[in-house]
Amino acid sequence: MILFAQTLGWLFRPPLEGREILRQMQEVGVHSFPVVVITAGFTGMVLALQSFTGFKRFGAETMVGTVVALSMTRELGPVLTGLMVSGRVGSAMAAELGTMRVTEQIDALYTLATNPIKYLIVPRFLAATIMLPILVIFADIIGILGGYLVGVQILGTNPTLYFRRTWNFLELDDLYIGLLKALFFGMIIATIGCYQGFSAQGGAEGVGRATTRAVVISSLTILISNYFITAILF
Amino acid sequence: MRMMDKASTIKIRVVNLYKSFGESQVLRGVDLEVHQGESMVVIGGSGSGKTVLIKCIIGLVQPDEGEIYVDGLEISNLNEKGMNEVRKKFGMLFQWGALFDSMTVWENVGFGLRHQTRLKEGDIRRIASEKLALVGLRNVEDLMPSELSGGMRKRVSLARAIAIEPEILLYDEPTTGIDPIMADAINDLIIEMREKLDVTSIAITHDMKSAYKIGDRIAMLYQGRIIEVGTPEEIKSSSNLIVQQFIEGKSEGPIRIVDPALLTLTSRSQRRGERDEQGKGNY
Repeated sequence: MILFAQTLGWLFRPPLEGREILRQMQEVGVHSFPVVVITAGFTGMVLALQSFTGFKRFGAETMVGTVVALSMTRELGPVLTGLMVSGRVGSAMAAELGTMRVTEQIDALYTLATNPIKYLIVPRFLAATIMLPILVIFADIIGILGGYLVGVQILGTNPTLYFRRTWNFLELDDLYIGLLKALFFGMIIATIGCYQGFSAQGGAEGVGRATTRAVVISSLTILISNYFITAILF
Repeated sequence: MRMMDKASTIKIRVVNLYKSFGESQVLRGVDLEVHQGESMVVIGGSGSGKTVLIKCIIGLVQPDEGEIYVDGLEISNLNEKGMNEVRKKFGMLFQWGALFDSMTVWENVGFGLRHQTRLKEGDIRRIASEKLALVGLRNVEDLMPSELSGGMRKRVSLARAIAIEPEILLYDEPTTGIDPIMADAINDLIIEMREKLDVTSIAITHDMKSAYKIGDRIAMLYQGRIIEVGTPEEIKSSSNLIVQQFIEGKSEGPIRIVDPALLTLTSRSQRRGERDEQGKGNY
């Protein structure tokens, strides 16, 4: 929490480390893209399959598109992206900063009159907070396309009807809620990952522990806070 | 060995410094004075608090009690901004180099320049190459730290420490972890730095050969206090049994092995064997 406050404090003190921010945005955003695409795509597809089975029983097969779109944008897009990115990026942050801590690179930054929070954590925090909503937008689109693929191509729903059912029942609010969640999840992943790395001690073993904790704690925090954000905005 | 001018100004003064980590009291009232242009070597066993002492001096560790003066300014209670100004006077060579492994060698050396000055990229690279040449390294600018040997890492770390032309250099175990020939080369380099750059320096080590070679004066840290300070000759002829035991590297004497984990986990003979292998007094 203190680290979070300090990070926010440094956030508004120029100059920002432009190069570092871009490098981290690439790491968080671009390099996570394939993982997020595969996760979202297959989730959209399986959602279509499962809901089709249920809806078929009372002849509402065309509602599959609505279910896929709502679940993806409100819930599964942000949560699954958050979980995947915390596994990929949160762990990497903890491991990298943890290694820097135990090999005295963080001390070296201080001796070179550079604040490590400003130099290391602010860029990662910004990158995760900005890139997560962007990743979620892609996850939403790919997930909906995955559902369409299964619903129309495999299960043979009328394409026009499927598209209309997706589009007509989707409100802008659904998208906003998802993106708001993503914003929070980005902050959670970066803050916990960086904190765990920063406070690592005890050599390689300590770095390993920090990495594991970063993933476990940020995943749990994402799942728990997801409920509360949903409840507040209900 | 350079003669010390008695009237020379005091660059760093440590007064009654205390520091504990949890239960263990590491520093228990350290007093130390380092003169302008002097090379001070602090010796002491592993875990005697040498590293904590220099980390206090450069503001990486906050002491519990006591004062540290750099050029007459008390630094132990400075805020982040004030401390950064003080740190610009310092360069530090870390035990394992502490090079940034995501950057090339020249970016490492130029790091301080990039963040503290408004120099252009080309100039930073030129200065980095100059400093690397000064420590005897050429054509390594574009290598990554992982491609360097232990000795080279120390040299690059030294180049990084001197890049911003500090007034004070701190050396944390400069000869640990490298072969004896490379260690001697590092010793020569430290002497060369003092002569060429006219810096004040504090080195901590338990390598007595290195201590005699690079030190104008040597201070021994034992149980959290400085128990003796003197020129290498004075230290060699010290009547203090603890000092004698340490500089000769004997396992028998007034210094007891106090680490309970060592006492229970390894037998006495095993420990002696390890110590002989390391060839230095390590208690």
